[in-house]
Amino acid sequence: MSSREKILATCTANKPALVDLPQLSDEHLTHYDDKIAQFKLILEGIGGKVVALENIEQVKEEIAIHKQSGEFVVDTVFNTDDALKAQTSFDLERVDRAYLQATLGVAENGSVWLYEAQMGNRLLPFICQHLFIVLDKATLVDNMYQAYQKLQVQETGFGVFIAGPSKTADIEQSLVIGAHGARSLTVYLV
Amino acid sequence: MSNLKTLDHAAAAEIFIKDEARTDWHDDTLWFVRQKRDKAVHGIAEWEQLREWASEIKNHTLSNLDNYLIAFEKQAEANGIKIHWAADALEHNQLMHKILKDNNISRIVKSKSMLTEECHLNDYLKKQGIEVVDTDLGERIVQLRDEAPSHIVLPAIHLKKQDVSETFHEHLHTEEGNNDPQYLTEAARQHLRDHFIQSELAITGVNFAIAETGGFVVCTNEGNADMGAHTAKIHVACMGIEKIIPKTEHLGVFLRLLARSATGQPITTYSSHFQKPRSGQEMHIIIVDNGRTKQLGRADFRNSLKCIRCAACFNTCPVYRRSGGHSYHTAVAGPIGSILNPNLDMKANADLPFASTLCGSCSNVCPVKIDIHEQLWKWRQVIVEEGYVKPEKKIAMKGMAWLFSNPKVYRWAGKSGRWFLRTMPFLGNNKLNVWYKQREMPEAPKQSFHDWYQQNKNK
Ligand code: SF4
Repeated sequence: MSSREKILATCTANKPALVDLPQLSDEHLTHYDDKIAQFKLILEGIGGKVVALENIEQVKEEIAIHKQSGEFVVDTVFNTDDALKAQTSFDLERVDRAYLQATLGVAENGSVWLYEAQMGNRLLPFICQHLFIVLDKATLVDNMYQAYQKLQVQETGFGVFIAGPSKTADIEQSLVIGAHGARSLTVYLV
Repeated sequence: MSNLKTLDHAAAAEIFIKDEARTDWHDDTLWFVRQKRDKAVHGIAEWEQLREWASEIKNHTLSNLDNYLIAFEKQAEANGIKIHWAADALEHNQLMHKILKDNNISRIVKSKSMLTEECHLNDYLKKQGIEVVDTDLGERIVQLRDEAPSHIVLPAIHLKKQDVSETFHEHLHTEEGNNDPQYLTEAARQHLRDHFIQSELAITGVNFAIAETGGFVVCTNEGNADMGAHTAKIHVACMGIEKIIPKTEHLGVFLRLLARSATGQPITTYSSHFQKPRSGQEMHIIIVDNGRTKQLGRADFRNSLKCIRCAACFNTCPVYRRSGGHSYHTAVAGPIGSILNPNLDMKANADLPFASTLCGSCSNVCPVKIDIHEQLWKWRQVIVEEGYVKPEKKIAMKGMAWLFSNPKVYRWAGKSGRWFLRTMPFLGNNKLNVWYKQREMPEAPKQSFHDWYQQNKNK
């Protein structure tokens, strides 16, 4: 018998009688009167920054300024460049700033969801030094239950919830920002 | 059968607590993490509802585990992921070694995975001449020191910053005596970036595997799992069979519970959902049993397979906090480790279910409602029954059982015990009494509760 068959057969023999799956519902969960305020409160509490913008043009201007000053800026909000996909870790390691659009934000925990297509390259949001996310404030949901109701996780190769900059507290529980991934996260609410 | 290992939990703990200041510090540090957990939990009105759902989802999954594993395999393969099955630790290690050999790979990074620790993968590969670089900061620290992690979420929690500074000075050539965590973390960041960028194969664990979609989720705060997995041309994820959940929507329950229970964060920084390999990449999953199906068949201990490895039970356990993770001599320490390990090897781990006060705090904090302290109590009975305890303990336990089941003798023994303790305290406070070690014996009351109750009940 192969290990696969052995494992499955033992599972079948040893499992208890079938128990029902609970019915999840949004009714039992907390809803927020002001989702924007809650999102900001939580994300800033875990080291992220939230900036409310009048319009998205402001992001465009900011990108132009940093590009001009010689920084390596990758932007997939205004620019969908297929070449990004083929870039290796050697190329992307030098990225100073990455600007990406998120699908939705979650008020309860300050996270934003990104599909692979919004990253241009799976490695980008992790390897860049500073990460900037553009989020439409109308997409904010209360909690993770609502988030999964809206997402089609299985329709993408990779997707991620990001909540704040990379961090660690592995040295005597002192919080240090910027362990391996982005050293800062700024969410632009438009 | 009293032929136990050279150093059991109590003996190892005794060495740990010799350094009183460090023991106090270890205790306080973990209590601080426990308090962060409490604060996060109190901010969620529906916490008990979430625990209930999590527990029910896991109960359901275990009751249909074979079918969910089959569904998961089918979906994952349809997504282009290669699935392997390992009956035990050795087969897991051999499968990994084969993937490395077939692809002629030498540069490997690994993000935190308790399963690979359980299987002793690093040691196995080292013997084959293959070096694996652990990339979680805490794991890297203990790896450089040639130690095992002492905690499943905070692998280097037993170390002080001076220890880390010395280790980094020796291996990464950081400034001698510079103990600044910021400086030390930055040094590790640069050192590990070089490894990420050149890695050919990345090993990760799996926090949740979704039967319906064939995808899986990995949670980290540092982003190290992603740095490895998205760089390397091969990604191998290792999962125990109990990591399965039925549907994506169930993640909405578990992701809310996991980080809050572990570190008091609302969610980990990165919750990465892997579905398909990126173009040109190979993705493998090794599904491991290693005693889990056997535990599934033990009705009293089955519940332990619901564990999501948050370590809340470690941080709250008064014994863990004061004896340190290494005293448990197993990859998964703490209260839950003391339930899982006797299943793997009852003789080698017969001491662990006794490393608890049975105070029940572990069961109270457990986000998936495992009856941890009750299972510890049940293991003690099984272990005594099977003859895996030292003779002194066996006699004492048998004696206690007899005493408690004979009320008249119990009352007489209480009376004489109280009289002895009051009139001749030196009989209790001496080295022959193992209970006197690290304890003052209590002052005995004049009257027992039973007598007091008899006198007062009709007043
Ligand atoms: S037993 Fe419960 S509290 Fe302990 S690590 Fe597992 S899930 Fe967390």
